[in-house]
Amino acid sequence: MSKFRKNDSKELPPISTASLPDIVFMLLFFFMVSTTMREVTLMVKVTVPEATELSKLEKKSLVSYIYVGTPHNQYQRVFGSEPRIQLNDQFARVTDIQDYITSEREARDEAEVPFMITSLKVDEYTKMGIVTDIKQELRKASALHINYSSRKAADNE
Amino acid sequence: MAKKIPEIPAASLADIAFMLLIFFLVTTTMDVDSGLERRLPPMPPPDQEDDDTPPIKERNVFVVLVNANNQLLVEGEISRVEDLREKAKEFMANPYNEENLPEKEVKNIDFFGEVEVTKGVISLRNDVGTQYGTYIAVQNELVGAINDLREELAKQKFGKSYDKLDRDQQGAIRDIYPSRISEAEPKKVGGN
Repeated sequence: MSKFRKNDSKELPPISTASLPDIVFMLLFFFMVSTTMREVTLMVKVTVPEATELSKLEKKSLVSYIYVGTPHNQYQRVFGSEPRIQLNDQFARVTDIQDYITSEREARDEAEVPFMITSLKVDEYTKMGIVTDIKQELRKASALHINYSSRKAADNE
Repeated sequence: MAKKIPEIPAASLADIAFMLLIFFLVTTTMDVDSGLERRLPPMPPPDQEDDDTPPIKERNVFVVLVNANNQLLVEGEISRVEDLREKAKEFMANPYNEENLPEKEVKNIDFFGEVEVTKGVISLRNDVGTQYGTYIAVQNELVGAINDLREELAKQKFGKSYDKLDRDQQGAIRDIYPSRISEAEPKKVGGN
């Protein structure tokens, strides 16, 4: 011990924190890039069903979402407790879907339109009647590429 | 005696950055959206008279019905979702060329040469009152059956998983096991 103290009487210098901002900034940029902010506030309760044969939605910018589920409690007085469709930030009727798809298409580049996907986020306890109506509307709007949003089920194999 | 202008202290920079970092940490949702990918059939043109296509033989159709109580009727038998995958695989593959399972036609396909390709079609019909969760479970099993068959064929032929094959090889396998799941217009029967 004394061997070390002999050489310099000063205390150990504090660890330099000059590089700390750099490290933190690196982390910050990582999270900034990977963050996807939720664009719409969900007004319906959606618990998507489980499935195993999933494929990922590659390009977020090409996806338009349709939410179906029972309205949250604060909206139930106005909109009832039956499953409703939500497009963007408002409740919609089945007949609004064609207009929605058209406006989604206009918002995209023309070259990207053929690759657009419609993601259906539907609550698992919804009846199929409303889903079938939506599918018919999508067919009328020629938005044929759809994705039934679902969770990954625990694989029991 | 005043000194020169002191350097701006950089000590608080870390704090600011940390605050931003924590904000983004909290708001980040890393989940990748995933789901069952399907293609809807295009709407028939309104002036088209139906029934100019030849009817499909009964043995070539795998009928799956789901009623309003989420019960399954597969090829006329009451069935469970868990058994659906095996039945669909047996139907699409028809390994022993049985009479009641779908016909096959010989096609020329890259990498494989002349192969027998099934003519089978899976027909799914659900009720208006069927639960969406059940519908997805059924769809999942049917898509899974075809994916399983493709995977098996890929392993057998190329010794690799289907996902690892290149585009042409995948195309060839898709030609042998096409994803033919047709959804009939739902009927309102026996439900509320």
